Amino acid sequence: MLELKGIGYTVREADGELGILNDISLTIDDHRLVVFTGPNGGGKTTLAKIIMGLVKPTSGRILWNGQDITDLGITERAKLGISYGFQQPPRFKGLTVRSLLTIASGDGKLSKDRCCQYLTKVGLCANDYLDREVDVSLSGGEVKRIEIASILARGSELMIFDEPEAGIDLWSFARLTETFEQIHAEGRATMIIISHQERIISLADEVVVVGDGEIRHRGSAQEILPKILADTTSICPVLTKGGVSK
Amino acid sequence: MMDTEVDRELLEKIADLIGKPVGAFNIRKDTGCDGRQSTDHIKITGKDDKPGIDIRVLPGTKGETCHIPVIITKPGISEMVYNDFYIGEDSDVDIVAGCGIHNCGSETSRHDGIHTFYVGKNSRVHYSEKHYGEGDGTGGRIMNPQTIVYLEEGASIQMDTTQIRGIDSTKRYTKIVCGPGAEAVITERLLTHGDQVAESDMEIVLDGNDSKGRVISRSVAQGSSSQIFRPLVVGNARCFGHVQCDSIIMGTATIRSVPEIAANSTEAQLIHEAAIGKIAGDQLLKLQTLGLTEEEAEDRILKGFLA
Repeated sequence: MLELKGIGYTVREADGELGILNDISLTIDDHRLVVFTGPNGGGKTTLAKIIMGLVKPTSGRILWNGQDITDLGITERAKLGISYGFQQPPRFKGLTVRSLLTIASGDGKLSKDRCCQYLTKVGLCANDYLDREVDVSLSGGEVKRIEIASILARGSELMIFDEPEAGIDLWSFARLTETFEQIHAEGRATMIIISHQERIISLADEVVVVGDGEIRHRGSAQEILPKILADTTSICPVLTKGGVSK
Repeated sequence: MMDTEVDRELLEKIADLIGKPVGAFNIRKDTGCDGRQSTDHIKITGKDDKPGIDIRVLPGTKGETCHIPVIITKPGISEMVYNDFYIGEDSDVDIVAGCGIHNCGSETSRHDGIHTFYVGKNSRVHYSEKHYGEGDGTGGRIMNPQTIVYLEEGASIQMDTTQIRGIDSTKRYTKIVCGPGAEAVITERLLTHGDQVAESDMEIVLDGNDSKGRVISRSVAQGSSSQIFRPLVVGNARCFGHVQCDSIIMGTATIRSVPEIAANSTEAQLIHEAAIGKIAGDQLLKLQTLGLTEEEAEDRILKGFLA
């Protein structure tokens, strides 16, 4: 179980402090699929990074399976079963896809078959990619899918995906949502997915709308989707011209 | 031959040799010959007028390997060695060179070598050279290799040079002259640390039509070490040349990378790329999220980069 208690994050600016996250408390039970959604710049990625340890909160505590992990580093959290798929994954000159998956799995002798399974789940043909370097020769979508495969290879208890759909074509996206559905159905992991896609939102046990550094809404996909649509039109001056949403 | 643990370790490091090599070999140890074997197709003979050997590969020799490692186990040795390779036409051979220095004394150990290859028509040579130094003495470990290659029509050489740690000072010079349809590929891997100094000058001269030259250099400079690269590709005919230098800089190290391409023909197509940068922070973070410590992540990134 993941517990966020009063998480706050502020940055110092020339004219004072800017609040990025403000007193966020949230509990996520095991094997739930939770989607964080909301407007850009609202604090979703910062919140996810705080869970992984990539960003240190300025206030609040984080508990993972009852253990306070607020002061633990990234590596220690990874070893406790937390993983994070980056929105914009880094590229590595000289590191092959196979090496990356091997590092991720923690199994120095990860078989080719296992690698193939992970790549297939993100819509990539293993024979074309295993020996390729994760460098600039790969497209943004390819790197993104390899990033997701690395999280699958890691097989953590808590998987965080930051906008996994970004840069991925429609066909691979369909394959990807099936994979999320499958992991969820197997009940092996808790998943936090940052997403704006209705298809992914509809998979969620719970949707958390983060905006202006706060939790705006929480609920099931059925409850939240209409609210998101209402929010979208209400903040648009064109759609609400004359006081009527069109 | 391979009497001591030091000998065995050095030979394994520089030439992947475990036990007596198969095929032709010449092991040079502390300025003397520590073992030599010719085969029916590869003849090795000592030079009469200066230190070094001649290696003659008979025309049509295919699939054979020749090991010619050099090891220096005593401090204070300084040598200049001349090795000449005559590769007959239509051959396909692997040549494994390399030099290992174990210096546990206070005097400098130094190995300078000039390797000259004459590669006959349509022959292929894979030449690999590893440089390695060890020992806890204060004496310097210095290597200055020169490699000169002449490729006849349709011949090719793949030259892999590696120097990972241990060599205090190196100044290398490589020159490859390509005839019609010949191809030269040089891959260089270099890691310096402490206050080591490395300098590498390369020149690929594309003289013949349809010749190709490629330099792929990757280096890491740690500590307060310094590196200078000057790869040059000259196009004198209808040819293709590509120079690619990538370096990772760490600590207080310094790197200069000066790639040059020079065309003396309108049919020459030449490209150069060079980049120097530190390990990206997001690379370290990514590997940490996969359970590696920061040190392990750095090590893994460097290992991949230099692979």
